[in-house]
Amino acid sequence: MPDRITLQVARYRPEQEAEPTLQHFEVPCRKEWVVLDGLNYIKDHLDGTLSYRWSCRMGCCGSCGMTVNGEPKLTCATFLADYAPGPVRVEPLRNFPIIRDLVVEISDFMRKLVQVKPWIVRKEEKPLADGEYRQTPEQMDEYHQYSMCINCMLCYAACPVYGLDPKFIGPAAIALAQRYNLDSRDQGATERSAVLSEHEGIWGCTFVGECTKACPQDVDPAGAIQRYKLRTALDTLKAFFMPWGDR
Amino acid sequence: MNERTAYTEFHPRWYRTRMSTWWWLKRPSYLAFILRELSSVFVAWFIVFTLLLVRAVGEGKEAYEGFLAWSSAPLVLALNVVTLFFVVFHAITWFNLAPQAMVVRLRGQRVPGFWIAAANYLAWTLVSALVAWLLLQ
Repeated sequence: MPDRITLQVARYRPEQEAEPTLQHFEVPCRKEWVVLDGLNYIKDHLDGTLSYRWSCRMGCCGSCGMTVNGEPKLTCATFLADYAPGPVRVEPLRNFPIIRDLVVEISDFMRKLVQVKPWIVRKEEKPLADGEYRQTPEQMDEYHQYSMCINCMLCYAACPVYGLDPKFIGPAAIALAQRYNLDSRDQGATERSAVLSEHEGIWGCTFVGECTKACPQDVDPAGAIQRYKLRTALDTLKAFFMPWGDR
Repeated sequence: MNERTAYTEFHPRWYRTRMSTWWWLKRPSYLAFILRELSSVFVAWFIVFTLLLVRAVGEGKEAYEGFLAWSSAPLVLALNVVTLFFVVFHAITWFNLAPQAMVVRLRGQRVPGFWIAAANYLAWTLVSALVAWLLLQ
């Protein structure tokens, strides 16, 4: 393994550049170093003006998503040694406007996330004295996988549908909606379906499947969307053939 | 935000990238996806072809023989060979994706994806065998 590796880092300084350019930095290539360590090395020793987001360094916070050699990755979980002898190209997440260097504008995602009500919706709250809402391990298994989402937006960067039509509500928002729809304590599925059954909701998805491949938490957003499509289609059929039935 | 607005410290100017028209050539998985979508056109053509065949059979011996002669023309034959490739591609890719969309439970346990895909392939083989048996009678 070489002891140094070149990082080609995308720079965009709106006060001096009209579009992003690549700047080359040579950083140490250590066995235990991830791409984020390389960026921190640049920030500390080579160029303090480099801007990027990061926080936990352990794949939990979802802040450090970037495009590494063309692939959406959490830079805290992407080892430099795997790219030796390099160079490694580090660019901001695709499909989002770039604010500066590796920092992207994420309010679109934040707005969409709230639209699907990713919290437990109850028609009527139980009085506190009645205790907690209980759940069996099987009931928890139903949604547990989808609850692992860390909002890192790698799935949005991988999704060509979102790239082509920014109105698409996107993989993570739908997977999170499913996380609550499948929760036995939740009663908000009908409220969520108003947003999800739209053309910009589940039907915008053409099942490219890249979101699932990009997900660092094995959430499988593509699976969540297809399951939701199947359910909506069955519900519509049911409502058509049995209009008197309970929906 | 107006994109031509001048940059100031408190008024950033975002850089927006546009997806190229050729985005689907940039990754093998994107290309496979586009081919899978394209395959629907060929699936539709096979349906039209089958309906034309049924009509020819309904119209009698002469029409049927005319249809057979037309289908063995090099151009139609070539189109159908390509169609066969795409229809098989369509079927295989969708059967492989089926486990992601279907959650099947058997005695409370979730059936592994492998078995859902296998059941689809088995049904495909059985129906194909039935059709082959009917035709070769």
